[in-house]
Amino acid sequence: MGKTENQKAWFFVLPVFVLVAFNALIPLMAVVNYSVQETFGNNVFFFEGLKWFEEVLHSDRFHASLLRQLAFTGTILAIEVPLGVAIALSMPRRGPWVSVCLVLMALPLLIPWNVVGAMWNIFALPDIGLLGRMLNGLGFNYNYTQQPFSAWATLIAMDVWHWTSLVVLLAYAGLSAIPDAYYQAAKIDGASSWAVLRHIQLPKMKRVLTIAILLRFMDSFNIYTEPFVLTGGGPGNTTTLLSIDLVKMALGQFDLGRAAAMSIVYFLIILLLSWIFYAAMTREEGRS
Amino acid sequence: MTLELRNVIKRVGADTHIHETRVRFAETGFNILLGTTLAGKTTLLELMAGLTPPSAGEIWFDGKNVTGVPVQKRNVSMVYQQFINYPNLTVYENIASPLRVAGLARAGIDNRVRRIAELLRLTPLLARRPAELSGGQQQRTALARALVKDADLVLLDEPLANLDFKLREELRDELPKLFADRRCTVVFATSDPVEALLLGGHTATIHAGRITQFGPTPEVYRQPADLLTAQIFSHPPINIAPIVKAGDAMVVSDAVRWPAPAALRRLSDGPYVLGIRPHHVSPLRNGHQAAQIEGRVQIAELSGSESVIHFAHGKLSWVSHSPGVHPIEVGGTTRFYVETERCLYFTADGARIGA
Repeated sequence: MGKTENQKAWFFVLPVFVLVAFNALIPLMAVVNYSVQETFGNNVFFFEGLKWFEEVLHSDRFHASLLRQLAFTGTILAIEVPLGVAIALSMPRRGPWVSVCLVLMALPLLIPWNVVGAMWNIFALPDIGLLGRMLNGLGFNYNYTQQPFSAWATLIAMDVWHWTSLVVLLAYAGLSAIPDAYYQAAKIDGASSWAVLRHIQLPKMKRVLTIAILLRFMDSFNIYTEPFVLTGGGPGNTTTLLSIDLVKMALGQFDLGRAAAMSIVYFLIILLLSWIFYAAMTREEGRS
Repeated sequence: MTLELRNVIKRVGADTHIHETRVRFAETGFNILLGTTLAGKTTLLELMAGLTPPSAGEIWFDGKNVTGVPVQKRNVSMVYQQFINYPNLTVYENIASPLRVAGLARAGIDNRVRRIAELLRLTPLLARRPAELSGGQQQRTALARALVKDADLVLLDEPLANLDFKLREELRDELPKLFADRRCTVVFATSDPVEALLLGGHTATIHAGRITQFGPTPEVYRQPADLLTAQIFSHPPINIAPIVKAGDAMVVSDAVRWPAPAALRRLSDGPYVLGIRPHHVSPLRNGHQAAQIEGRVQIAELSGSESVIHFAHGKLSWVSHSPGVHPIEVGGTTRFYVETERCLYFTADGARIGA
């Protein structure tokens, strides 16, 4: 039996092509286009080659933003992953409290990002905010609009509050998938709870934790809304992370060529680091 | 070493998972717990191990009451249906883990791990991790972990159920040899009557949280105390049919009747229950005393060397399981021979007559 050949299939795939073209390919190519040209407005462009890329890669401003970004992402990963695992471990495995815990955990994830920023902005205000007022009352000299350290601490606390839940939910899913027989076998062996964590729970959670770390890495490296609402990159430039810097350059200074080149460099950095993370975390499985 | 359950009851909430149970297990050979899924096999094993406390009753081991003793303080090991090993440790480290926890010297550990690995043919795999092993090898590793610490009580919870057919047979043949020269009580849970028969030893048949019978395996098989035991311990399922005793005759239907056996002659006339295992119902007459029964063939499963034939006689469906391949036409009427000497008779409430 021969199949009837016709071109109908294209008709069904077309919407996807159009969608991908408009929301990914065309904008990306526009950015590539800008990144190699100079414009002074009036739709007049001059080809500049790799000039913008060279400038971006050699600029102190970009280096500083990148360093801040790495420090931010590194810090929140170092806090959120162990904290998320710890919370997941202490959650009940069965019973009526399971759903209560899960809903409580999911709540921060449901709040729109700019609302999170606004909440913390007000919460941490030194004169009227609950947190800011309390900290100052306790004798800490805390003011996130003036002091870089306060700003960073607030930024990190906000991200930990907002996103640790994601790690918790993934880790909890991983834990729930471990059959009871593993715990029984460990109990029969007389294994300590540290041994259970080290030799059963962590290895069994490895896959979901890989995903959790990757997601948190990519999201935190792209973070824009919350720090923009909270500090707007200040005081000075001390909390100007890559995306905030990029927006300042593109929309604030209307420096399209440089901003486009920076976007592409930014994108490649995320791609490269994600790949390194993934390769490192799945190295052992590949070997076996 | 003897393991004894004295009037043990296990309740969870309002449900009774194990009804009052008294049993004294054999010290040598396998003690088999035979029952379907959810019959209570695993709960019984957990009670024996001390993983869960009984709601009432006592558990005695080696002449001591161990009812409240936690599992870590007993010398117990357990193997599960799932292949349970530490995923990030090598086979060697997995086998060594119970000894390390017990705090043995390094040289002693090495010695024992290698001896057990040799016994279970794991020596070439010692450096691998569980994920790099086949199911059979993973279960061998789990068995090695259970054997290495010379436990007094070894509990095997359907250890062969998740294995492929070939590996299952292979490991089933090895199991009795592995335990032959060990001084430990072995309890083996299974849902497969054939496995119970092949492993021998003693068998306890379990149904809905009750041990229906305990005794030497062949005895429980041949002389079931009641209908439930006969049903649990029969594969393919035993044929059950109402039968009426009328004078000196046992009557299945107008056309099917045979003389009542001596044991039943004294009983009053009336309805009883007939149980006859499928391999005592054959399309061939083979010298035994046999009654004829005709039926319309519904299903004929012909494997290479045996035939399983389902046929309808009256309203009831019967199964015949016989050696050889018989050219049977599905839908046609065929004559079968029931070995009347092999028939089991039960009262209406399930007790076996003559048991």
